[in-house]
Amino acid sequence: MKYLNEFRDGETAQKLFREIDRITTRPWAMMEVCGGQTHSIIRNGVDQLLPKGIELIHGPGCPVCVTPLEMIDKALAIAAKPGVIFCSFGDMLRVPGSHKDLFRVRSEGGDVRIVYSPLDALKIARENPDRQVVFFGIGFETTAPANAMAVSLAAKEKLENFSVLISHVLVPPAMEAIMTSPLNRVKAFLAAGHVCSVMGYWEYPPLAERFRVPIVITGFEPLDVLEGIRRAVIQLETGKHEVENAYGRVVSFEGNKVAQQMLKQVFEVTDRGWRGIGVIPKSGWQLNEEYRYYDAEYRFEVTGIETKESPLCRSGEVLQGAIKPTECSAFGTVCTPRSPLGATMVSSEGACAAYYNYGRFVKVEEIATACPVT
Amino acid sequence: MCLAVPGQVKEIFEAGGTRMGRVNFGGITKEVCLAYLPDIVVGDYTIVHVGFAISKIDEESAQQTLQTFHELGLLEEELGVESASGGLSASDA
Repeated sequence: MKYLNEFRDGETAQKLFREIDRITTRPWAMMEVCGGQTHSIIRNGVDQLLPKGIELIHGPGCPVCVTPLEMIDKALAIAAKPGVIFCSFGDMLRVPGSHKDLFRVRSEGGDVRIVYSPLDALKIARENPDRQVVFFGIGFETTAPANAMAVSLAAKEKLENFSVLISHVLVPPAMEAIMTSPLNRVKAFLAAGHVCSVMGYWEYPPLAERFRVPIVITGFEPLDVLEGIRRAVIQLETGKHEVENAYGRVVSFEGNKVAQQMLKQVFEVTDRGWRGIGVIPKSGWQLNEEYRYYDAEYRFEVTGIETKESPLCRSGEVLQGAIKPTECSAFGTVCTPRSPLGATMVSSEGACAAYYNYGRFVKVEEIATACPVT
Repeated sequence: MCLAVPGQVKEIFEAGGTRMGRVNFGGITKEVCLAYLPDIVVGDYTIVHVGFAISKIDEESAQQTLQTFHELGLLEEELGVESASGGLSASDA
C-alpha cells in the first residue's frame, strides 16, 4: 500500500537505528504521547533496538484507558435502562467499571451495539424513532470532529432520540501535567501525530518554551517513530527545545481548520478527570449550552454512583510513565486482556495490552540472567 | 482510535447534504465523511478516523521525508568514517 510500505522498510530502519546510535552520547528519556505510537513501538520492537540509554516512556494517550471510572459506571447505568440502544466503539465494551463491563450489561439483556463511527449511531437513531439511542463519545482530539459532526447533524435533523455521553480529553493539558509532576523524567516529547492532524501544532511552542522541552510531531509507522526519535535526540544533544514536525505528509501547523471550527461550534473546555491520573484542569471538552440537549448526562439522570477501582491495578502509574507494565505484580498473572483489572490492559492502545500481546512478559535483564550467554 | 492507515478516495457524493466518499484501504472500501476536507478530490490519499477523513496526505512532504532517510549516513559512508561510538550502543547491553 502506498504511504505504508515505504515507511516500514527494514533496511531504512536499520540505517535510522545506526544514525540514532551515532548521535547519542548520553542517556535520554522521551515520551511518546499517543497509545497508537506505543502500540507501533512495542509491536515493531523499536524500543529493544534503540541504543541502551534511549528510554521511551509510554504516555497517557490512550482514550479508552483514561476515560474516568465514574463515566464508565454512568455508561453502564444508561446502557442498562430499558428502551435504550447504547452504541460504543468496540474497545470500550471490556473496560472494567466498578462492578461490571458493557459486555456484562449486554449479556444481562441491555441493547449494547458496537459501531465504527458515530454516524452509524446516528443512523440507528433514525431507524429506531421509538428508542433512545446513546453514543459513548470518548477520545482525544482525533475522534472529536466525528462526535461534533454527529451532534450537529442530530440538531439539524431535530433527532430527539439521539444523545452522546461525552468524555473527551485534550493532549496539551496532559503534556503540561506531565511536565509539572514531581515524578517527571520526560526530557522530550514525540507528540501525537494524528491529534495534530486535527489541531495543528500552534499550541506547542509555548509548552516547549516554558518547559524547555523539545517537541517533535511524530507519526505511527516504524520509520516515522524512528525519525521522531532521531530529531528529538539531535535537539537534546545540542541543547535545543524547539517544536519540529517529523510527520509533514499528514500534519500542518494550522491543522484542519474546518474541523476546528466545528469543534468550537459544539464543544466548550471543561476540567476533566483522567482515570489513574486525577482531574486535570481544562483538559476536556463537553457539549456547550447550545447543544446540551444532546448530552446524555443531562438527559438521563444517573445518581448514586460509587466508584471502586481494583486495589491491585497500577495503571495510573503506567499511564504517567512512572512504571513499565511488567513492574506491576498483576501484569500477566491476575490481569490479562481476557480479564483485565484496568483499562490499560483492554485497549489496543493501552501500554499493558501492547506489552502482553507482543510477548513482553519479562524484562530483558531477566532473560539475560535466565539464559546467560556462554 | 488514533491509529489510522492511509486510504485513496475513489468516489465523492452527497448524502443528506453531507459530503461523503468511498475510500479504498488496500482493497477494503469504506464509506467515509469528507465534510472536513472540502478540497479533496478523487485519487487523493487521506487519513481517516472513526469514519471521518481528517487530512489529505501531502505527496511532496512524503517524498522529502523519504529523501532524508535516503541521505542519512551517506556522508559517513563516503568519507569512510566508522560509526562514531558515542559510548552508548545497543551492543553494549
